[in-house]
Amino acid sequence: MAKVTIDGISVEVPDGTTILQAARMIGGDIVPPTMCYHSKLKTSGGYCRTCIVKVTKGSEKDPRPMPKPVASCRTTVMDGMEVQNLTSPDLLEARAGVVEFLLINHPLDCPVCDQAGECDLQNLAYENGKAGTRYEFPRREFERIDIGDKIQLHMNRCILCYRCVKTADQVTDGRVHGVINRGDVAEISTYITNAIDNDFSGNMIDVCPVGALTDKTFRFKSRVWYTKPMDAHCKCTKCSGKVRLWYKGEEVLRVTGRRDQFGEVTDWICNECRFEKKKTSDWTIEGPAHIDRDSVISANHYESLKALKADIDRQRKALPHGDKVTLGHGALDPNNQ
Amino acid sequence: MGRKLLLENDHIEGIRKLDVYRKHGGYSSLEKALKTMTPEQVVEEVKASGLRGRGGAGFPTGMKWSFIAKPAGVPRYVVCNADESEPGTFKDRYLMERIPHLLIEGMIASSFALGARTSFIYIRGEYFYVARILEQAIAEAYEAGLLGKNIMNSGFDHDCYVQVGAGAYICGEETALIESLEGKRGNPRIKPPFPAVAGLYGCPTVVNNVETIAAVVPIIKDGGAAYASIGVGKSTGTKLISASGHINKPGVYEIELGVPVEEFIYSEQYCGGIRNGKKLKAVVAGGSSVPILPADLILKTAAGESRLMTYESLADGGFASGTMLGSGGFIVMDEDTSIVKNLWNFTRFYHHESCGQCSPCREGTGWMEKILHKILDGNGTLADVDLLWDIQSKIEGKTICPLGDAASWPVASAIRHFRSEFEEYVRNGKSIKDVKHYFRLHQVAEA
Repeated sequence: MAKVTIDGISVEVPDGTTILQAARMIGGDIVPPTMCYHSKLKTSGGYCRTCIVKVTKGSEKDPRPMPKPVASCRTTVMDGMEVQNLTSPDLLEARAGVVEFLLINHPLDCPVCDQAGECDLQNLAYENGKAGTRYEFPRREFERIDIGDKIQLHMNRCILCYRCVKTADQVTDGRVHGVINRGDVAEISTYITNAIDNDFSGNMIDVCPVGALTDKTFRFKSRVWYTKPMDAHCKCTKCSGKVRLWYKGEEVLRVTGRRDQFGEVTDWICNECRFEKKKTSDWTIEGPAHIDRDSVISANHYESLKALKADIDRQRKALPHGDKVTLGHGALDPNNQ
Repeated sequence: MGRKLLLENDHIEGIRKLDVYRKHGGYSSLEKALKTMTPEQVVEEVKASGLRGRGGAGFPTGMKWSFIAKPAGVPRYVVCNADESEPGTFKDRYLMERIPHLLIEGMIASSFALGARTSFIYIRGEYFYVARILEQAIAEAYEAGLLGKNIMNSGFDHDCYVQVGAGAYICGEETALIESLEGKRGNPRIKPPFPAVAGLYGCPTVVNNVETIAAVVPIIKDGGAAYASIGVGKSTGTKLISASGHINKPGVYEIELGVPVEEFIYSEQYCGGIRNGKKLKAVVAGGSSVPILPADLILKTAAGESRLMTYESLADGGFASGTMLGSGGFIVMDEDTSIVKNLWNFTRFYHHESCGQCSPCREGTGWMEKILHKILDGNGTLADVDLLWDIQSKIEGKTICPLGDAASWPVASAIRHFRSEFEEYVRNGKSIKDVKHYFRLHQVAEA
């Protein structure tokens, strides 16, 4: 066991635990945000640099601080380690820098993006980013490509988290896609014009933290905050059959894997469950799913409007002349975008 | 002064061939190691020599070697990093081209010391002709029984292979090199684990620069203490310096560490002074990634002491007034050089070579290049200079590998020491812009 202190809160964790996992055991605000790390995917993490933390004391044996911020998702704890996350203004500034880097070439086309409302990048920018941009050059652009008949890749939105590559490597057979080119023109692509076609390829959509990989059976059907998530299961021979159905009225608009409080998929599901079974009669309904993380969905369905109003007030105060901004009529009406 | 250990025989005709190399004492160090020393003794000699990694970081080689894990039944590998891609550095090419057997002898001796049955020389794609020279040399060595089974009847078996990369700067980073050697995309790995524990194919691996491995040969020959007697303090032995830029005699020089920088630039033995009698403006002392220093700070430290060509002396004053010895890519700039243009060129390089794995470097290097392009175009503002400073500070230290740092340091140092030049470009940008440069800028940007 090792004792680690994060932002002044101590926790005992088994040896080999990462700083991020230790922070998740503590929970709350001090958990660093993650974009590329996914606990179910081996060797994921370390790329996006949003989970960086400052290690002010290496361990009981070697108390020297680490010279640079470290990626908490890939750094294991040592006994007596002391870590700063929210308590270090330098670190928050560095993280805001990372968020800025992630956004300079992102199209910010949230109004037409299917991922909006359940997007990790949106959450990240909302929580750690700055209001304006300092980038004044054209953003990089790619053509949209269909990889198979069910998935569309919109590379403009990609942040190169490598999660889909690792999912394809570890969950499906015969990966046919990966990263080509390098630097800021690196892109996810298939081998020549191969289609991604195997039973578990749909999980790539679920692990994508942004709107780069989208479900073609759901594209432009509805904003996610108009749909109601329900947990359901079925007897499936290929996968666990534990899914989340997204209803609009009586209709199942899409089927996804279930995600935990950190936005990570808990059970991989097969493409048949995801793309073919879109009738309520295919499923045994367990009940409504509670979603913590994605502000828009939770605000509309589960949280009290009071909390939402407090949140808006907080943001408004942060804006210059924010006290003079008034909300239009019906702004808090759940049916108003 | 001026002893040579590596390039002692480089003027001899035919030294590239095995028989000539052996006639001049070649492979005697290997024989000494195999027949009279244990592997541990070789490691001890290297430790005693104080040899430091010649690739740029200057980490003590003996210490690196002693870190290698030795689990039973697991092979160990020695990898030579011949992916010399740092702009301004060309010493390894010269060494391999002239005396390939020196490297091969060093590879076998190092592998003996570390208990490696197999070693690899990873060479950059642009050096394809050097790879051929090395392969010929390896073939000669196999024929003479210096590679293969039971080398010199010592019972030590060793195979050495040359692997040509595809010309990516990032593959000079040791873990990216290992990935590339395994046949994967050359992305740096996240450390730990370090290669000494889990490197090539997950086995303990030592990755060393060409010059470092070559230096093992004279260390075995004369002993670590004799090597350590050359140089100043912790900077022992000799170092190859690739001198380029506005000097009378560009080229590769072997210096004893501790030569004053002033002597190196102005003496006839080395660079021979500034071309066309111009004045010295600035020096990039160790390859494009190290901080650039103006003339007064490169010749003398901030404390007024004469600066020497050693790891410590060049680093004196930290990054505020010092730099690094780095890989020994010594780029000299005369009074007519535009620091801003030069910086744009360096930044363009790092933008092009960023692997794209982690966000700050992938996005930040391109952003910095665009801003510099804008400033050179005469459209910059003073706020752009501050923005540039802010961007580099957000890349430095936030990335997986040192490429992010390497991209930030030149920007930071250029702004730190030559801010007035940036401001001049911002104020009078349009009029400074010379036509030749302007076309080049746009040609490259469009390509």
